[in-house]
Amino acid sequence: MNELISFANEATKLLHWIIDFVLNFAVNLGVPNLINAGVFYGIGGVVILMALGVILFRNIVHSALCLTGSFIALGCLYIFLSAEFLGAVEIMVYGGAVAIIIVMGIMLIKRDDMSHSNPGRGVVAHIAAGIVSAFFFVSMAAAVIMSPFGELGEYKLADSVTGLADLMLTKYIVPFEVAAVLLLMAMVGAIIIAKGREADEA
Amino acid sequence: MIDLQKAFELVVNIGLPHCLLLSAVLFSIGLFGLLTRRSIIAVLMCVELMLNAVNINLVAFNRFGSMPDHAGQLMAIFGIVVAAAEVAIGMALAIKLYRERNTINVDELDELKG
Repeated sequence: MNELISFANEATKLLHWIIDFVLNFAVNLGVPNLINAGVFYGIGGVVILMALGVILFRNIVHSALCLTGSFIALGCLYIFLSAEFLGAVEIMVYGGAVAIIIVMGIMLIKRDDMSHSNPGRGVVAHIAAGIVSAFFFVSMAAAVIMSPFGELGEYKLADSVTGLADLMLTKYIVPFEVAAVLLLMAMVGAIIIAKGREADEA
Repeated sequence: MIDLQKAFELVVNIGLPHCLLLSAVLFSIGLFGLLTRRSIIAVLMCVELMLNAVNINLVAFNRFGSMPDHAGQLMAIFGIVVAAAEVAIGMALAIKLYRERNTINVDELDELKG
């Protein structure tokens, strides 16, 4: 019995020590920083898992679903990076319009079995592609880690909608108009390409 | 102990490098898919992933770099416009190809090969 009590005492002490240690750690790091990190890693994890799903699923409808999830998580990431308007645009344009275009394309093209509709290449091609993309990632990561980003100052930016509207209609008015013309051209071109030749002759 | 604390601070204080690394991971995944998928629609999806990775860079530099205005987010919006136009045209081309050749496998689309 005594042994049990002393063991419980020791365990309580150890538990207290661990809680103290963790709390000290958290206070030293800063609780807002910890929350920020949790949100960032959560959203980033969802983005990367969904992107892996896009390239690993054999069924292309599942890939399209994962792509949509990845876009929506990216919209959340933009909101986390205090680009609220861009997050809304990402969710509407990518999570809505682009996802629907891709799913419509799949439905118009595939008519047979869907379970093997996303074929991959052979093992050699997978290894080569893995080497290429791993090389790309390692070089980018080395560049990011070795760059001295520490001394970049942080501006406190105002509301992103107001700032974007001011820029879009004053300094960047020409790119804005060019983007509008590009969208119009893409719409007309997509209709003409997909409609086919029969319509021309009629 | 000091080193551990410093390492945790590097991991926990979210800044520009974290966003750039996330973007690099996403771009590499898109590149891998682009090189290994054989369906033209899957290739288009991987191109979309890569374009999104680029947009993360623009937004992250706007947030953490020393930018006095929202020009980075504006460039990301122009990138989204171009990507939307690209996916519309690309899907129209894929549907047209399927009608003419009855295949969307990029390995079989080799008429220009000598």
